Amino acid sequence: MTHPFLALTDRDREEMLRTIGVSSVDELFRDLPEGVRFRRALDLEPALSEQELSAHLAELAGRNADTTHELSFLGAGIYDHYVPAVVDTVLQRGEFLTAYTPYQPEMSQGVLQSIFEYQTAICELTGMDVSNASGYDGETVTADACYIVKHATGKTKVVVTEATNPQVRQVIKTYAPGFGLEIVEVPHRGGTTDPDDVRRAAEGAAAVIFQQPNFFGCLEPAPELAAAAADAEALAVAHVDPLSLGVLEAPGRYGCAIALGEGQAAGNLMSYGGPHYGFLAARQEFIRRMPGRIVGETVDIAGERGYVLTLQTREQHIRREKATSNITTNQTLLALGGLVYLTWLGPQGLREVGEACLDLAELAKQRLQERGLELVFPDRPTFKEFAVRVGRNARDVVRDARAQGVHPGYALGRDYEGMDDVLLVAVTEKRTPAEIDRLAEVLAEVAA
Amino acid sequence: MAAAESYPDDLKYHEEHDWARIEGDEAVLGITWFAADALGELVHYEAPAQGTTVTKDSSYGEVESVKAVSDLIAPLSGEVIEVNQKVVDAPETINEDPYGEGWLVRIRLADASEVDSLLDLAAYKLVLADQ
Amino acid sequence: MKLIYERSQPGRRASAIPRPEGLARAEVPEELRRTEPPRLPEVPEFELVRHFTELSSRNFGVDTGFYPLGSCTMKYNPRINERLVGLPGFAFLHPLQEEEGAQGALELEWRLQEILTEVTGLDAVSLQPAAGSQGEITGLMLVRAYFADRGELEQRRKVVIPDTAHGTNPASVTMTGFELTPVKTDPRGNVDVDDLRGKVDENTAALMLTNPSTLGLFDENIEEIEKIFHGAGALMYYDGANLNAVCGISRPGDMGFDIVHINLHKTFSQPHGGGGPGGGPVAVRKMLEPFLPVPAVVRKADGTFGLDYDRPKSIGKVRGFTGPFGVFVRSYAYMRMYGPQLRDMSEAAVLNANYVLARLKGAYDLLFDRLCMHEFVLSARNLKRDHNATALDVAKRLMDYGFHPPTVYFPLIVPEALMIEPTETETKETLDAFCEAMLAIAREAAEDVQLLKDAPHDRPVRRLDEVRAAKNPVVKYGFESHPVLEAEHTPA
Repeated sequence: MTHPFLALTDRDREEMLRTIGVSSVDELFRDLPEGVRFRRALDLEPALSEQELSAHLAELAGRNADTTHELSFLGAGIYDHYVPAVVDTVLQRGEFLTAYTPYQPEMSQGVLQSIFEYQTAICELTGMDVSNASGYDGETVTADACYIVKHATGKTKVVVTEATNPQVRQVIKTYAPGFGLEIVEVPHRGGTTDPDDVRRAAEGAAAVIFQQPNFFGCLEPAPELAAAAADAEALAVAHVDPLSLGVLEAPGRYGCAIALGEGQAAGNLMSYGGPHYGFLAARQEFIRRMPGRIVGETVDIAGERGYVLTLQTREQHIRREKATSNITTNQTLLALGGLVYLTWLGPQGLREVGEACLDLAELAKQRLQERGLELVFPDRPTFKEFAVRVGRNARDVVRDARAQGVHPGYALGRDYEGMDDVLLVAVTEKRTPAEIDRLAEVLAEVAA
Repeated sequence: MAAAESYPDDLKYHEEHDWARIEGDEAVLGITWFAADALGELVHYEAPAQGTTVTKDSSYGEVESVKAVSDLIAPLSGEVIEVNQKVVDAPETINEDPYGEGWLVRIRLADASEVDSLLDLAAYKLVLADQ
Repeated sequence: MKLIYERSQPGRRASAIPRPEGLARAEVPEELRRTEPPRLPEVPEFELVRHFTELSSRNFGVDTGFYPLGSCTMKYNPRINERLVGLPGFAFLHPLQEEEGAQGALELEWRLQEILTEVTGLDAVSLQPAAGSQGEITGLMLVRAYFADRGELEQRRKVVIPDTAHGTNPASVTMTGFELTPVKTDPRGNVDVDDLRGKVDENTAALMLTNPSTLGLFDENIEEIEKIFHGAGALMYYDGANLNAVCGISRPGDMGFDIVHINLHKTFSQPHGGGGPGGGPVAVRKMLEPFLPVPAVVRKADGTFGLDYDRPKSIGKVRGFTGPFGVFVRSYAYMRMYGPQLRDMSEAAVLNANYVLARLKGAYDLLFDRLCMHEFVLSARNLKRDHNATALDVAKRLMDYGFHPPTVYFPLIVPEALMIEPTETETKETLDAFCEAMLAIAREAAEDVQLLKDAPHDRPVRRLDEVRAAKNPVVKYGFESHPVLEAEHTPA
């Protein structure tokens, strides 16, 4: 049979079978015991042509309410930031898109150098000494950090703030039993975390994980949280928003051992949750405990500068059961998107995006309050998200607002007790004052 | 420059390619030429801390090359009284001089009778023949 | 070639960020404010495009040429999939959108799950894991949960793994708190069943096996292996890395496996992207379904699709949201372009591999002389013995012929290993050209081995000093204090 992705003609097949010395393709499978042979056809719908496939997927895509069809203030970890055209220009180059992991460096200097540049950018953002080439997402890199701190300190308790993203906490709790770790949560007080609570909880802990800005959008007293961890002889791990790092201090500057987070906001489309990339960076002393690939600079035999995967003895293909992680495939292409985006932004652009988010969110807070809506944490400074009370079940408010073409935000009730009437509203640089007015108008109408 | 293949006859050997030089109630430990050659040029020595207890037949540290990592197996039990800082700073010293400058740790023996279970050169050469 | 930071000049930029007129400025509290700006590149847009274009020209993808990396399945990545993933209804969809607003996405996930149950011969699927490795960890967590539920976890600590296993398998075992029991390979390249029998008992939790193995060989004793493990009350886990060999020909569920992970970036053509992204969904037999990650993607009685969080026995969550959705779009699209003809895909992969094997096995050593599946492993130990040419030298010389080298030095039980997987998306002419090159290199090893030793000759860089990179790692650009490296070290 012919198929656009197969090339075998009858003639090819004949010649090849002859060279191999068998009389049929079926004979190639003669080592398979009959008991495990699948003898019927796969019960799948017949093959579609590209044209039919396009129609089918367009129909599926057409039944999704994406941000080109709905004004959205939904955030909670994944954000509607502007992704410039150059990101796709680079990611669609076949030499990047269809390349494998750069195990043969002479064939892969493009990928290797771009990873080196990405590692540099992440270290610059976070104030750290070493970054890996990416992890799966913001949730799993936090689990990676738990593995690092356990082996670095020998302690089996990890403290995490309740104001950290619920999915992050859920993922680390899923990994914890296998790692032999106990996860302890520190509740928030009025939307942020109290350093004294952290200091107490962190006795005997390997690390304290906190999020900045936190899941409520509030700015934590991050330097004090890091200091509280240090007082308890625990390592400070900051889960940070990459787009906040033009206006917020780098974790490496206020005593953190590890900085990590979800990279999506920096250069990836939302795409219903992925693929994106998790970034993970640390101080120099943890370099040999880092999971995942790391690219290093070196020279070739002619003295030319070049790049290679380095410290591979940490990784599964060499260290096997003692590896720092089992990760092999990572998120290189998406991290490349992050690098292109950060290059496009530059330091000025990063600051301006951060300021735009900050200032537009403040405007939104104001407008909503003017309409009689109540902020949950009015005294806390925020970055690009904030929590607002809507007077009745927030999920119903979302439904009613969406009927008017506006998605007003994330209903926090599923993740936090006593917050069934609270919405988490995200405001990115893509929002305009007119759109914010529209949000206020709609919410005033549908809230109680 | 890596050393030429050799196995001194005044050392005791362990089948995991480690050697011990007995000096009274102390011993100096290292890895043999065979191990160093198999690993390739060494780039990292993860040494135990001074005062650590090492147990016969267990790992007391690691050495790494670019393409491989290997546990260091203690031929004898004891307490680490000295770590060779020269090898920590320049791990390739092991390849250059595996039995001299490339020593890894000095230990105070916990049980001198363990020495009897080690291989002499002839017995170690039989192990090598099987590799 | 310059780093982007070396092309940077203060004051240049590619971005213009709109700021509404009259927008009031908020202040970050001083103690939290950024003190030093990050030293990101400062380049105009056209320099950015030039830089990354130049980088891409120094890279080799499947689009460039033949890429026979064993166990990676470097097959063609259909371009229609890139267009489909960019449809606004997918690209601009927030993962926390209400179910009513994501029916197209949820239906796609559900349909993908259904296809995977048919292909694997199992009952339920979670798409959540982000890669094969994460699928493995998820699978082992399912094993834990299953035995914990039965009160057997204390006793069942051991996971059996063959010595040919990919390094992720033992790493996953450690990360989930199990103990590793290795089992040997017999002279025919199968798991050594006699060695296995003595090692499987009531303390065994599971087997982790790839079939065909990393040797590219189908385990002839798979039925016996199934009896041994299930007889001891243990589970069987299938590493789906080599599924490209058997789609529609033999199903892991029918082989007896209870848990399977599938590599969407291998068999189902998610582009490798220089190292990722991937997708590692897991399929399970019915009794393991309650333990799958949460939420489950379900079709409700009224025909709509939704997310079910009410799974009290679930192991929890391994990755954010429902998984890497863009990967699902591509893999689903790929599967829909084949339908039941996925079988033809696997047959072609196996035919291509056997053809190349038949042409090369005279010039290189073959430890297990059998028909292979979708890949095979040669040994260059004959070249090493006779001419001091290693598998690495062969790999580097292949670059001069315009091919990406195969996987080298894996699996560990084959010395000077060359693991070759052509895949089905190659013409006979390409395969012949590759064979000609491999045969020529074997001749060159005998006649002029220096050609191999000095290779590659024409790439942007020659052989790189990996020792130096490991001893004194330079893992980011140091700006003013960036070291200037000179060639001083002759690699071994």
